[in-house]
Amino acid sequence: MPEQFLFAMEVILNGLMAGVLYALVALGFVLIFKASGIFNYAQGVMALFAALTLVGIMDGQIPFSHIINAIFGTELHHFGWHVPALLAIILTAGVMVVFAWLVQRYIFRHLVNQEPIILFMATIGLAYFLEGVGDLMWGSDIKKLDVGLPQGINDWIDVTTFEAFGYGFFIDNLDISATIVAVFLVAALIMFSQYTKQGRALRAVADDHQAALSVGISLNFIWVLVWSIAGFVALVAGIMWGAKSGVQFSLSLIALKALPVLMLGGFTSIPGAIVGGLIIGVGEKLFEFLIGPMVGGATENWFAYVLALLFLVFRPQGLFGEKIIERV
Amino acid sequence: MKLTTLAVAAVMAASPVMADLVFPSLSYRTGPYAANGIPFADGYEDYFTLLNERDGGIGGVPIKVIECETGYNTEKGVECYEATKGEGALVYQPLSTGITYQLIPKVTADGIPMHTMGYGRTSAKNGETFSNVFNYPANYWDGASHAINHIMSLGDISGKKIALVYHNSAYGKEPIRTLEELSKKHGFELMLVPVDHPGQEQKSQWLQIRQQKPDNVIMYGWGVMNQVAIQEAANIRFPMENFIGIWWSGSENDVLPAGDRANGYKALTFHNLGDDYPLYDDLRKYVVDAGKAAGAGDQLGTALYNRGMYAAMLASEAAKTAQELSGDVNLTPAMMRDGMEALEMTEAKMAEIGLPGFGPEFKVSCQNHGGNGLGAVAQWDAAAKKWSLITGYEGSDQDVIQPLIDEDSAAFAAEAGIEAGCK
Repeated sequence: MPEQFLFAMEVILNGLMAGVLYALVALGFVLIFKASGIFNYAQGVMALFAALTLVGIMDGQIPFSHIINAIFGTELHHFGWHVPALLAIILTAGVMVVFAWLVQRYIFRHLVNQEPIILFMATIGLAYFLEGVGDLMWGSDIKKLDVGLPQGINDWIDVTTFEAFGYGFFIDNLDISATIVAVFLVAALIMFSQYTKQGRALRAVADDHQAALSVGISLNFIWVLVWSIAGFVALVAGIMWGAKSGVQFSLSLIALKALPVLMLGGFTSIPGAIVGGLIIGVGEKLFEFLIGPMVGGATENWFAYVLALLFLVFRPQGLFGEKIIERV
Repeated sequence: MKLTTLAVAAVMAASPVMADLVFPSLSYRTGPYAANGIPFADGYEDYFTLLNERDGGIGGVPIKVIECETGYNTEKGVECYEATKGEGALVYQPLSTGITYQLIPKVTADGIPMHTMGYGRTSAKNGETFSNVFNYPANYWDGASHAINHIMSLGDISGKKIALVYHNSAYGKEPIRTLEELSKKHGFELMLVPVDHPGQEQKSQWLQIRQQKPDNVIMYGWGVMNQVAIQEAANIRFPMENFIGIWWSGSENDVLPAGDRANGYKALTFHNLGDDYPLYDDLRKYVVDAGKAAGAGDQLGTALYNRGMYAAMLASEAAKTAQELSGDVNLTPAMMRDGMEALEMTEAKMAEIGLPGFGPEFKVSCQNHGGNGLGAVAQWDAAAKKWSLITGYEGSDQDVIQPLIDEDSAAFAAEAGIEAGCK
């Protein structure tokens, strides 16, 4: 097989894997937008905060230690224990539930019936506030995140493809893990929304807030629930991205990778987020591989948006988004 | 009468305290680059605190550090400059190439010197054109030459393929011209691999490297780009000893997330690393243990803390030179500029400060604001979690670099209407 064709195949496979990582971030946006109509600008910062909290708990770091030390003249930094990864993930998920309750109780409950732009602005404020709280709680140094996920080239794929084609494909073990986790996550979300009472209530709220209220569904509860789920999705995204680069404040910028995915897949569709992520992942990687060298490279950031815009021209609601028809 | 008194008091309060030597610190302790900005800012401030606590300042005049948060944002950096220049600021060190470019015309017009150590506009080395900008002891183009020299010291470079993985910004593109000239001179093939900001996702770039198999990779990165690049290099099993970063890709922050897999990674530097120097005993005694450290006091000896501390040390030595030249311990920005232009760093001087062998020896002049361009190579030991110098301070290829500096500075002079020359 020609070498360039094999390289392209490798690029496509890696694009699919990258797309899964983009989809993980986009999922959080979709969940909140679908249930409450809020475009949550803070989703990237939630991933950062969740990852910071996870590392902090695992390392036994004392939250707000800098402030405590400054006020009381102490030298406290760590509790002196190390929490296993699984327990730390559960505890962090608990923190994200508390965060969801606080957000609902102190921000969005007071903004019911406000214009979408007001809600959007509130999430911008929330993003900066959460970033500051994360800094105060856990510090701004770069933290290594190791929850036991394998990293590096997958030897089996490398050897198998080498034997088959004479060229060993590179696939990162971390990307394979992310794909498996994403499959389970989406399956769990679908089962939750299809087969549980709360899931059905969530779907009812997503379809029509007022109709849901009229049959006795608590909007407050549903919104806390959906922010909690989005918080958990943010934690998963934070783990995957944090394992690649260490947990640091630029992690919040992963939200930029989700925007073209949302534009393409639609803001209200979970399958849309997945398919959108895959299309963006493959599209940008393939474009960089085929066209990048002719135009100086570094095309991925802008090409993802061009690709999303192209889809929007033909389907303004995105691939799987709901078509909005307003009758007058 | 009361109003007059109040007005006079207000004017006095707003006026700079001329008795202090004012060193603004344009820092970034927040945002995506905070992890790098914090140790640098801590090192910068701690050194001045040490001079105040131990020596009563410089020449008996207390030092005042004014910190202003830029968030590594160019607009905020310019705002910080405008907000602090009236306080009697003696020298600016913005720690950002973007901010540097914006401040070059401003500091020149205001007569305030700016020191861009290992960053900023490389051709500012030409002091005849850039009267108020200094970039000693080394610049980006020196760095490119150091990297090539190091590769050549390990074997024949002719016919090799060398990739430059760079931040797709003015900073990252700086070494391209130099490397192109060096590739013509030494016969290696240059492969350019840009990475867009912030560099969180670099799969395409490292697949390209895996497919095209360069012999060596040079990196000009910053922030998360560095950590991801080192992880991805480890993922594709690129030999770390063939991977060398510029000094802004050579902090502990860059290698620690990759763990053991970063072992052997190399980075350039223009100062030494670690804390095995007499000065650090004083820093602990007078600053950290006294509870006067700018940060938590846990960064001493790290690459970026040392760089911030080194920047402050060079600033204070220039201030001492300015005091000697002017015969006045109270300095103006113009005197400080003259002091920077007459600065000479010798081994004897560094040993006296308590930093023997910490940096290269160099001498600044009106024609040469960039020093001798000496640099060294450090290597990361993942087990010991420390950097070690594996070469001495060596020179760069001035035969290639100087004509590029002359060309670029002449273009700037023509564009800005500057009549180059020593005054």
